[in-house]
Amino acid sequence: MNAPFFQFGLFDVDTALIIAFFIGIGFGFFLEQAGFGSGMKLAGQFYFRDLTVFKVMFTAIITAMLGLFWLSWFGFLDLSLVKVLPTYFVPQLVGGLIFGLGFVMGGYCPGTCCVAAVTGKMDGWIHLLGMFAGIFFFGEIYPFIADWYNSTSMGETTLASLFNLPYGVMVFMIVAVALLGFYGAEKLEQNFSK
Amino acid sequence: MKNPKPYLNPYLAGIGLGLVLLAAFVIMGRGLGASGAFTSVVAAGVNTVAPAHAQSNEHYKEYLNTPSGNPLKDWLVYEIAGVLVGGFFSGWISRRIKRTVEKSSSYPVSSRMFFAFFGGILLGFGSKLARGCTSGQALTGGALMSVGSWVFMIAVFASAYAFAYFFRRQWQ
Repeated sequence: MNAPFFQFGLFDVDTALIIAFFIGIGFGFFLEQAGFGSGMKLAGQFYFRDLTVFKVMFTAIITAMLGLFWLSWFGFLDLSLVKVLPTYFVPQLVGGLIFGLGFVMGGYCPGTCCVAAVTGKMDGWIHLLGMFAGIFFFGEIYPFIADWYNSTSMGETTLASLFNLPYGVMVFMIVAVALLGFYGAEKLEQNFSK
Repeated sequence: MKNPKPYLNPYLAGIGLGLVLLAAFVIMGRGLGASGAFTSVVAAGVNTVAPAHAQSNEHYKEYLNTPSGNPLKDWLVYEIAGVLVGGFFSGWISRRIKRTVEKSSSYPVSSRMFFAFFGGILLGFGSKLARGCTSGQALTGGALMSVGSWVFMIAVFASAYAFAYFFRRQWQ
């Protein structure tokens, strides 16, 4: 076991910040290369015109998922040290519904609007301002919704533990569904571009 | 002035993004994020203007207590700084830096700006309720198979498709 490097004390907190900056460069680079600096391209997903969002997102998810699986299989990475986000079912469901409306209305998500802004999209800058306002609003009402925000807690549940399946089987199933999804996405695009 | 380069093949861009995410897991034991960085900025702002108010709020406090004591000396804030640089660099080498407003050609700019702002509010608020956005929940939590992240992701797509009709003039 050598990874995650930070958890094994290979470098300190200040170095971690420099690493964060470089990881961010890679993140921003591929978001822009994918076309996610364009609201028209992102929104195309929701009109079946351009399913790039789906393709990029799921390719990224299965790439990282398979990478984690194999690195832990070969004993290089201790998967238990990679923090799984805890689930709060109802707030996350409601948050997702509000987020989806904001996405199709505004055209970006928090990461992509940064890329839109720096590549000159004025609506990206305005969107960014709106996002700060929304976060501020949440912060201000937090004391009143804190109980609900922390409700329906399920802890660090994964799909594998939820369905009582071995980790590798769950990974395989998600990869299979994604591949089917890619096939369907290509077909859909062909039909809608006619 | 040459034309902008075409976008990268979506599957290649996805693999690139996935490898960046994997690198974050392997090096740091954590994934990517975006909305968290903005929360740090908001918390720092509130703390500057009204310190007592910020300190009495459990949510701001969570973002103000970083190891260094400076809320902006945070992993996600540095990561987002990198996103701005990486996004600009990518746009620059592909000749895509251009001052413009993203919308369908006939749609009025003022309406587009209104929806960009209001959509941003909903997005910011929604990502707080969900404890993360498309980066922290959908990508990172998705790859770690977190149940809440998948619930969030499905809800985002379902809601965006459900409301797409009302914004069709903006995008079509």
